[in-house]
Amino acid sequence: MSLDVQNLVVAYRTLRGDVRAVDDVSFSVADGEIMGLAGESGCGKSTLGNSLVRLDRTMRCLGGRALLDGTELPLSDWDAMDDFRFKKVSLVPQYSMSALNPTRRIGKMISEVVRSRKIRYKDVLPELERRLRLVGLPTDVLAKYPIELSGGMKQRVVMVLTTLLDPSLLVADEVTSALDVSTQRAVGGMLVELRDMGIVTSTIVITHDLSVLVQVADSVVVMYAGKLVERAPTATVVDAPRHPYTKLLIASLPEVGVRYAEHVLAGIPGHPPSLLDPPKGCRFADRCPLASAECAVEPPLVELESGHFVACWKAS
Amino acid sequence: MSKDTTTTKDDTAAPTEEGNTAPRHELVYFALRNRKLVIGLSIVGLLGLAAIVAPFSARSNPDAFVGPPMQPPSSSYLLGTTYFGQDVYSQLVNGLRQSFLVGIMGGGIAFVVATAVGFTAGYRGGAVDEVLNMLTNVLLVIPTLALLIIVGGYLKGTSIVFEAMFVGATAWPWAARAIRAQTLSLVSRDFVGLARLSGVRSWRIVVGEVAPNMSSYLFLTFILLFGNAILISASYDFLGFGPPGGVSLGSMMNLAFAWNALQLHIWWWFVPPGVAIMGIVGGLYVTNVGLDEVFNPKLRSL
Amino acid sequence: MLNLENLSKSFRGGSFGSGAVPAVRQVSFSIAPGEVTSLIGESGSGKSTIGKMILRLLPVSSGRITFDGVDVASLEGSALKEYYRKVQGVFQDPFSSFNPVFRADRIFRMLEREYFGDLGAREWSAKLHTSLEAVGLNPADVLGKFAHELSGGQLQRLLVARALLLDIEILVADEVISMLDASTRVDVLNLLAGLKERGLGVLFITHDLSLGHYISEHTVILRRGVVLEIGETAKVFGNPQHSYTKMLLASVPRLHSHWEPLEPGEPARTGPRDAPRGRGRRARGQPLEPVPLLVEVEPGHLVAFEDGGTATAGDER
Repeated sequence: MSLDVQNLVVAYRTLRGDVRAVDDVSFSVADGEIMGLAGESGCGKSTLGNSLVRLDRTMRCLGGRALLDGTELPLSDWDAMDDFRFKKVSLVPQYSMSALNPTRRIGKMISEVVRSRKIRYKDVLPELERRLRLVGLPTDVLAKYPIELSGGMKQRVVMVLTTLLDPSLLVADEVTSALDVSTQRAVGGMLVELRDMGIVTSTIVITHDLSVLVQVADSVVVMYAGKLVERAPTATVVDAPRHPYTKLLIASLPEVGVRYAEHVLAGIPGHPPSLLDPPKGCRFADRCPLASAECAVEPPLVELESGHFVACWKAS
Repeated sequence: MSKDTTTTKDDTAAPTEEGNTAPRHELVYFALRNRKLVIGLSIVGLLGLAAIVAPFSARSNPDAFVGPPMQPPSSSYLLGTTYFGQDVYSQLVNGLRQSFLVGIMGGGIAFVVATAVGFTAGYRGGAVDEVLNMLTNVLLVIPTLALLIIVGGYLKGTSIVFEAMFVGATAWPWAARAIRAQTLSLVSRDFVGLARLSGVRSWRIVVGEVAPNMSSYLFLTFILLFGNAILISASYDFLGFGPPGGVSLGSMMNLAFAWNALQLHIWWWFVPPGVAIMGIVGGLYVTNVGLDEVFNPKLRSL
Repeated sequence: MLNLENLSKSFRGGSFGSGAVPAVRQVSFSIAPGEVTSLIGESGSGKSTIGKMILRLLPVSSGRITFDGVDVASLEGSALKEYYRKVQGVFQDPFSSFNPVFRADRIFRMLEREYFGDLGAREWSAKLHTSLEAVGLNPADVLGKFAHELSGGQLQRLLVARALLLDIEILVADEVISMLDASTRVDVLNLLAGLKERGLGVLFITHDLSLGHYISEHTVILRRGVVLEIGETAKVFGNPQHSYTKMLLASVPRLHSHWEPLEPGEPARTGPRDAPRGRGRRARGQPLEPVPLLVEVEPGHLVAFEDGGTATAGDER
C-alpha cells in the first residue's frame, strides 16, 4: 500500500469563513498505480493533490491523515514536510512549465532547486543527464533558456526534475492541459514510462480531461463539490459508471466521431453548490435526475464490486 | 521554480467567487485595518489641514519682523523667532501651503502629461508608441533638479508657480512608462476588443473601459508624483535658488543654514520645516505602501 | 458570405519593424451562411490571428477579406460600425471579456448606446429579454450581476446573446468553450450549432478536433499559418489525406480507445512537436518553407501537396 488517504478535510480560509474544498475524502493508491483525479473546476481535485505535498498558508488541514508507505505525512507542518517533499512526495504544479524563470538556463535553475534541498548538483548531474536522455531530451537542454524549448520539452524537463530522487508519490496537476494534442500525447506517455521504469512508485494525475486519463491512468477518482463520488478502474468509470454525475459527465463529452447533425449531446443543467455553505445531503442532488427524498441524507461511499466505490443511494 | 512558485489553482475559483461579492465594502475593511495607511494618511492629512487653515492661524505675515530675534518657542511665539525676529510658526504654515501647492500643481501637471502619453502609447501601439517611448526615455534620463537649476539660473526671479510647472513638465516620464505598460496589458484583454466590436470610439474605450481598471494604480502614481514635486521644489529652494523671502519650507531651511542657525543653536528655525518635509514625503510614502497592500489582494493578510 | 482571399499576416519583430514574422500565409476560404466552419490548429498556427483580422481587431498584411463583395479593410467610421452590425465575435476567456470593474450588463449597455439610441427603454428591454431567452438564460438570473458572480457558461451565453442583439450574419467564435467545464460546454456548443438554423455563418476556431468534428460542416486544418487540408468535415475526418491531419487524429485522446502507435518502433515523443515554439520559432536566416499548393483529392476536399508524400517529421525539421 503506497498511499493511503483517510477522511481528509482541507479548507481555504476566506473572510466569510472556511471553504471546505476537500471534504472527508478517503482513497488509496497502490504501488505502481497511476490514479487519475478527475472533476470540474472548483471540485477540489487540485486542492486535494496539492495538499499532499504543499499545503500553503491559505489552506488548512482540518482533519484526516495521509499515510505514505506506512508513515504519516505531516500535512499541516510545512517544515516537517520538507523531509518528504521532493524526496518522497513530489508535485508538478499547474502551469509550472510557464513558471520557469526566463533568465535562468535550465541547468542553473535545476542546480538552484537541488541546492535548496541541500543536495549537490554535481552529485546528481550524471543521473540527471541519464534521465533526460531516457525521456528523449538531448542533454544540451541544460545549457538552454526556457524560451528555446517547446511547451512539451519544458513540461518534460519539469517532470524529470521533480522525479529526480525517485519519489514514492508523484502528483501531476494538469500537466497535459495547456498542450497541443501531439505534445499532450508525449507527456502522457512519459507519465506511464516513469512508472514502468520504476522511477516513480505511484502517481496521481489531476486533470479535467477524462479522455487523457483513459490513455494513462489505471484507476480514476471522480470528485464533485469537494466529495469523492466514484472510484473505479478506468475502463469501468468510462464504460460502466454508476454515479449519476459520472454518467452525465461522460455522456456530455464530444468525441471524434460524434456529430451534432446525428446525435445532440446534452450537458448537465445547473451548477455545483457553493462550498461555503454546502447542502446537507448529496451535493449533486439538485442537478440529479434521479434525486429523491433519501438524497437529503449524505450517501456513504460503498464498494459495489471489488475496486468500484460509489457514493450514491441510487447506485446499489 | 517547480517547488517554490505559488500557482493559482483552478479549485480556488469557487471560494474567491463567493468572497468577492462586495469588493468596495472589502476595500474599506482592509483600508481601516491597514495601520500604514491610517498612519500615513493621518500625517499627510494633519499637515494638509495646517496648510489650508494657514491664513487664519498664522499670527502674522511670514516675512514681517514681529518681535525680538532668536526667541525660543514660547506662548507668544509658538515656534520661536528667526535670526531676524520673524515668527517661525507663521513661516511654517505658509511654507506648508506653498509645498502643497507645488505638489498639487506640479504633481497634477506631471500626472496629466503622464496619463496622456501613457494611454496614447499603450493603446495606439505601433509607430505612435515608438515615438512617444523614445521621447519618454530621453526625458527619463535628464535629472529634473539639475535641469531646473540651470533653467532657473537663466530666468531671473523664479516663483513657486514656475517651479511647479517645471517639475510638472519634466517629472512625468517614469509615470508615463508605468501607465503605458499597464495599458498595454489591459488592451490585450478581451473586453477591450469587445468594446471595439461594439463600435465604441477609441478615447471612450480608454477613459471608460481601460482607465477604471487601473484607478488604484493611477491614484498611487499621482501620490508619488505629488511627493516628488514637493521634494524637488524643497531641494531647489534649500539650495538657495528659490524665490526671495522665507515663504517656502526649502527657503526657510536655506536661510537658517545661511545664518548659522546650527552653530547658534536656533534649532526651532530649521527643525520644524525639516520635520514638515519629512512628514509630507514620508507620510505619502507610507500611505503609498499601505494603499498598495489594500489594493493588491496578494499583499493582504487575513 | 465572408471570403478570405490569400490572406497573410506578418507581425513586426524588433524595433521599427526591422524583422517580420509570418503568422498567417495565403489563407483562402469562405464562411457561408447557415453553416459552421471550423478552423482547427494547434497553438501558434495563426487561427486566432485569422479571427482577429476578420473582426478588424488586427490589420491585414496582404490579401483581403471581403464581406458581400466589399473589402473589409476599407471600412471606416460608420461603415465599420455597420460591418459590426453584421459580423460579431465571441472570445476564449469569458472572464476576460467582461470588464471586471462593471456589471456584466455593460456589454449590452454599450450596444444600446452605439446602435439602439433611438429605441425606447421598454422596447430595448423587450429586445434584450428575447435575446437572452434565445440563448437559454433567465434575465433575472444574469442581469445586474458582476462577471465573477456568474459561471463561465452563463458568461459565454451572455456574449452570444449580445451578438444576437445585432442583425448578425457571421459569428466568429474563438475557442469559446475551451475554458468551460465539461458539463456545461456542450450546451454552449449546441447553442452555436443551433445558430446555423437561424441562417448564421459561424467560424468556429478551436484546437480540439472532437469539438470541430461535432459541430461543423466545413473544416480547415491550419499549421503555422498555412492551410494543409480543407473541405467538408465528413471528408476531412473520414478520409484524412495530409500526414499532419493524420497525426493530429491519431494523437487526440479518446474516451473509448487507446492511443495507437504513430509509427512502429518510433517513440511518440521524438515526433515533430519538438520544434521550438513561439513567434520566433523560425531560426534566423533559415528560409521560409514555401506555401504548398492545394490539390483537390475528391470533390469538396483539398489537401496541401507534400514532397514525396513522406511523413510529417521530414518536412517539419
